[in-house]
Amino acid sequence: MANFDQELDASGLNCPLPILRAKKTLGGMESGQVLRIVATDPGSVKDFEAFAKQTGNTLLSSGEEGGKFVFLIKKA
Amino acid sequence: MSDQKKLAIIATKGTLDWAYPPFILASTAAALDYEVEIFFTFYGLQLVRKDLSGLKVSPLGNPGMPMKMPFGPKWFRGINWNIPNIIQANIPGFESLATVLMKKTIANTGVATIAELRELCQEAEVRFTACQMTVDLFGFDHSDFIDGMEYAGAAKFFEFAGESDICLYL
Repeated sequence: MANFDQELDASGLNCPLPILRAKKTLGGMESGQVLRIVATDPGSVKDFEAFAKQTGNTLLSSGEEGGKFVFLIKKA
Repeated sequence: MSDQKKLAIIATKGTLDWAYPPFILASTAAALDYEVEIFFTFYGLQLVRKDLSGLKVSPLGNPGMPMKMPFGPKWFRGINWNIPNIIQANIPGFESLATVLMKKTIANTGVATIAELRELCQEAEVRFTACQMTVDLFGFDHSDFIDGMEYAGAAKFFEFAGESDICLYL
């Protein structure tokens, strides 16, 4: 199930750390690559939508797996 | 990039709780590709000192602050300890105790420390300017503050704020 290139575990982190870690990780990735982010902060659902909209990166999917929030973001 | 958005913040508060808004908003804006500058003035200067141990939280006269214990069983953690101001004011070290409990709560909830957020801001090239007038007024020395600070006055703030898309006084 390698539909992503890198993974970021932001479990247990609270606002704004998941966004900041995602930004940093994306910074080290190539355009077109996909980052999978796992978070436990319920606020991160709306935050990653807003992050993608404002940075031009594409939010491919946003969902819940085993009580955690999982996002796939494609780097612009 | 000429269409880059700009955020200008004036940070004026010097307590542990109010240290959060400027650093959270600045670091997040930087992650959203904003150019960010924070102007630290009056008590806000406490936020850029090398030593952050002076940042405390005071529940005294602050009816908005829940006072809950960061340990023990769930029912115990849920109790809001409504301690009258007159008692808080008369117990030596009440602020220090509240600060210890708040720091424990911060760690429990996965909230970043101020030192961590401040470092993330600096990594993201958020510009920090300290108000030289209040540095003098409070008897600080430039060596009290972290590296990478600029020292200037109100005119310098307006140079950036006048061009900003968002300007916040915190």
